[in-house]
Amino acid sequence: MLKDITLGQFFPGNSAVHRLDPRVKIVLTVAFIVLLFLAQGPVSYALIIAFLAVVIGISRISPKMVLRGLKPILFIVIFTAVLNLFYTPGTYIFQWHFLHISVEGIKLAIFMVLRLMLLIIATSMLTYTTSPIQLTDGLERLLSPLKKLHAPVHELSMMMSIALRFIPTLIEETEKIISAQKARGADFDSGNLIQRAKAMIPILVPLFISAFRRADELATAMECRLYRGDVGRTRMRQLKIARVDVCALLWVAVLFAVVIILKHFGL
Amino acid sequence: MSEIIKTENLQYAYPTEDGQLSVPVLKGVNLSIRRGEFVAVLGHNGSGKSTLAGCFNAIRLPTGGVCYVDMMDTRDENNTYEVRKTVSMVFQNPDNQLVATVVEEDVAFALENMGVPPAEIRKRVDDALRAVGMYEYRAQAPHRLSGGQKQRIAIAGVIAMMPRCVVLDEPTAMLDPQGRREVMNVVRELNRKFGITVILITHHMDEAVQAQRVVVMHKGNVLMDGAPREIFTQVDKLRAASLTVPQTIEVLYDLDQQDGEKLPIDALSIEECADILEQEYLN
Repeated sequence: MLKDITLGQFFPGNSAVHRLDPRVKIVLTVAFIVLLFLAQGPVSYALIIAFLAVVIGISRISPKMVLRGLKPILFIVIFTAVLNLFYTPGTYIFQWHFLHISVEGIKLAIFMVLRLMLLIIATSMLTYTTSPIQLTDGLERLLSPLKKLHAPVHELSMMMSIALRFIPTLIEETEKIISAQKARGADFDSGNLIQRAKAMIPILVPLFISAFRRADELATAMECRLYRGDVGRTRMRQLKIARVDVCALLWVAVLFAVVIILKHFGL
Repeated sequence: MSEIIKTENLQYAYPTEDGQLSVPVLKGVNLSIRRGEFVAVLGHNGSGKSTLAGCFNAIRLPTGGVCYVDMMDTRDENNTYEVRKTVSMVFQNPDNQLVATVVEEDVAFALENMGVPPAEIRKRVDDALRAVGMYEYRAQAPHRLSGGQKQRIAIAGVIAMMPRCVVLDEPTAMLDPQGRREVMNVVRELNRKFGITVILITHHMDEAVQAQRVVVMHKGNVLMDGAPREIFTQVDKLRAASLTVPQTIEVLYDLDQQDGEKLPIDALSIEECADILEQEYLN
């Protein structure tokens, strides 16, 4: 049951989107979010939606999966829509007691909903097409200038990748502990919320003890393998900007320029 | 200088909570290990064999006496890095020594720490993975592999470092028979093919038999030291140290005791044992 959890929802593949350098993908995602907040007219939005649809098409990730990613934020989307719909002043076309809907309100509600949905789709496209290890790798290298300011960039990314390495191991261990405690007569499924929470203690205590022991052993093993932090470290895998990365950067730059021009014309 | 590791009156005691030293685990070990040797260190639980292994790698610093690795005193902190480059270590639990989420990244870990250029890392990682027969698994996640496979990855990580000596601390203790066979094959290759000095800490007699030299630890001291054939024929002495002997020798020894027939009891392999039995009982 615990094994079904997929982290970061990565869907392996070999499309051009998958092959993009993780640094480029992160930068482009951030640029895309900025773009979403720059765009104001319907033409710009149509362009952005078309662009995202093309990206999804290239990635070969089923649109169904992409839309499923929106589920958790459905409530926030509806909430935003309702607030904007009823509380934007302007030329009212409908009024009832304290509720009133204005033309501006309808427009704003539609744009806000679109913005939120596109934001989530764009960021989930990043995690769908990039493995967690590539993501941490990309982040470390993007943030490496911050090392000059003594920010522990390497340490953070090392911690992230060790966490990723140990999640499946600890999940397996949790399952073993649950079985062991069940065999001793532990009951996890009955009682009210507090009783159930208390029933988790016999799982958590052994899990924590074992996690600390693992951490200790791993630290020794890392020292034996000459780990000294970031001192004089090289990397086997070098990230290289390929043609596909340049293409992607160019396309987003063009989109950026077009949206800014459209903004001037209020489209 | 043909010794890679030399200990002189090596003592070690674990510190207790109030900062005092507890009962010593190592009580003055004198041992020298020559280059290219394949040594098995045997011992019952608590005999100090794992602690001894930790001293060879400067994970544990002696509380008395000295441990030299390639002439370097392990107590000198300036030597630690070189000591660990010379003697690398494989641990018991395969899960707790793999760092990366991808097999080849894990094998590359030590080389990245050493600052080896990327192209050379790539080559050494591929060679090491081929040497342990795990090349096809290079892009896998470690948690999808069996225990024996994980341990072979750990050994590949060590091969890639090209150390002069490898200490394996009960590498097969958590494995099934299949995994144990796989790992032992690789360990033998480490010594024969790559000429690396191998120190294998174990309590499996059939693994110790494969070494050139067996050191038996008992209560923090070296009890016996010699070729497997010399050691394992001293059945009474081994049993007194709560150790078993290889099954082949046990069979012959017990028959020898029962029948009073003077059987040669130094059979280290099943074939040898079968030959002796055939000669005695069929002819």
